[in-house]
Amino acid sequence: MRTVDLLVIGGGSAGMAAAIQAKKEGINDILIVERDENLGGILNQCIHNGFGLTEFKEELSGPEYLARFVSQVEELKIPYMTSSMVIDMTREKIVTISSKKEGVFKIKAKAIVMATGCYERGAGAIQIPGDRCSGIITAGTAQKYLNIHGYLCGKRVVILGSGDIGLIMARRLTLEGAKVICVSEIMPYSNGLNRNIAQCLNDYNIPLYLSRSVSKVIGKDRLEKVILSAVDEKMQFIPGTEMEIECDTLILSVGLIPYISLLDYIDCPTSSTKGAKVNEHMETMIEGIFSAGNCLHVHDVVDFVTDEGRLAGHGAAEYLKGEFKRGEKIVVTPKDGISYVVPQEINKDNEEDVTFKFRVRKPVKDVNLIIESNGELVAKMFKPVLIPSEMVMVKLSKDKLANVDKEVSLRLEER
Amino acid sequence: MKEFTCIICPRGCRLSVDDNMNVTGNSCPRGKQYAISELTNPVRTITSSVRVNNRDDLLVSVKTSGAIPKGKIFELMDEINKLSVSAPTHIGDVVKKDILGLGVDLLITKNID
Repeated sequence: MRTVDLLVIGGGSAGMAAAIQAKKEGINDILIVERDENLGGILNQCIHNGFGLTEFKEELSGPEYLARFVSQVEELKIPYMTSSMVIDMTREKIVTISSKKEGVFKIKAKAIVMATGCYERGAGAIQIPGDRCSGIITAGTAQKYLNIHGYLCGKRVVILGSGDIGLIMARRLTLEGAKVICVSEIMPYSNGLNRNIAQCLNDYNIPLYLSRSVSKVIGKDRLEKVILSAVDEKMQFIPGTEMEIECDTLILSVGLIPYISLLDYIDCPTSSTKGAKVNEHMETMIEGIFSAGNCLHVHDVVDFVTDEGRLAGHGAAEYLKGEFKRGEKIVVTPKDGISYVVPQEINKDNEEDVTFKFRVRKPVKDVNLIIESNGELVAKMFKPVLIPSEMVMVKLSKDKLANVDKEVSLRLEER
Repeated sequence: MKEFTCIICPRGCRLSVDDNMNVTGNSCPRGKQYAISELTNPVRTITSSVRVNNRDDLLVSVKTSGAIPKGKIFELMDEINKLSVSAPTHIGDVVKKDILGLGVDLLITKNID
């Protein structure tokens, strides 16, 4: 059977960063497996700009950002295989790959980084009442049709969901001649970045309706109209608030879910992020299998995906070199006001600072973030504004971690 | 007093500008610059894509080398949609110099072999 020291599953931003980092740390036997024809992942279709501000201190488009990592992969001579998909894996790290060039084969890895990205919630997942007609597609699919292949999905468009991809597509479709009638969001606040509301909706006078969702889709073959209704606090439609809108396309931007079907094969424990449960090295609960990027938890900014990929690549390199210090486990728990924290576990003997990444449950102002261990305060930080659509990162130094035993929790406290 | 969201970075600061062009709410100097530009001559960098002649069903992404006046965006889009290129393409290749006489170039942003 073929063998490899480090197998990286997914050649997007997280996977490339992990492979580059591991290579720089002396791991030479690496293989990146990518199912698309090219490296780069989702950034291939994100032709708008705004990427790289943290990583490169300049504003790049998605393809420009990814190209910088592809050149590093090439320069470092890291082997990669495109049009190749992992179709099975075992806990012993025996992975079955189906490759356009090499057929189906098995490979045994000493360490694996899972960097498989995420997928979009589709129409089935949100159970929109009404006809089953064509013209209802996800924002990412519309983006691929338009930006890669040059097909406009419709002429009169309603967008459901105000996540960043939905907002970006509102602008993009408008620029290409479609009429975007409105963006409708079921929550009382937008899940997109403020700058995207400004530059994608306000710039083109596209209205954003909050606390409003699609209560019915109508169309014989192709979508003809949608009914938007206001929702109450319990997300139930309020009768009498219906707005009928003629349109030929409904674009869904209603959430992203980590793509972890491979982890199901190996019964890998997951967390509330819907991705794998990991320690501070981004190692899953199965030794030697790491995870990073959107398959671990959905990110808002690619620069942070790259950073997490590097962390996983560093972890995998240490694991392969036998330098991985484990020690007693500290369990990390999200409490009041916090929906998830990554990592979910820390090794007590870890000799590095740990960055907690978390999201809040709802928008809050003027709160203290409290980090505690066994009822004792470890750190307290003032946060003027926190919103669910922005991932928060808080670094805890190794000195502070020395005072932590068995468990550590994060919570918000009103001032 | 005018209020709007800064679009320079993902932070999205809420900017206020008073009648004497004093900017508040910004977290960095670029926010101040943006606020003044937004009130005097609002500009945007435009990204789009153009057809690749020698490939089936394939576009290549492009951007303007600098920001253009907001009012010129749709005129620019009409111009972009008339253009096409041939692969291979390289990041930074000029598709159209001084497009529409706006003083910016249209540049390729994707490598296609």
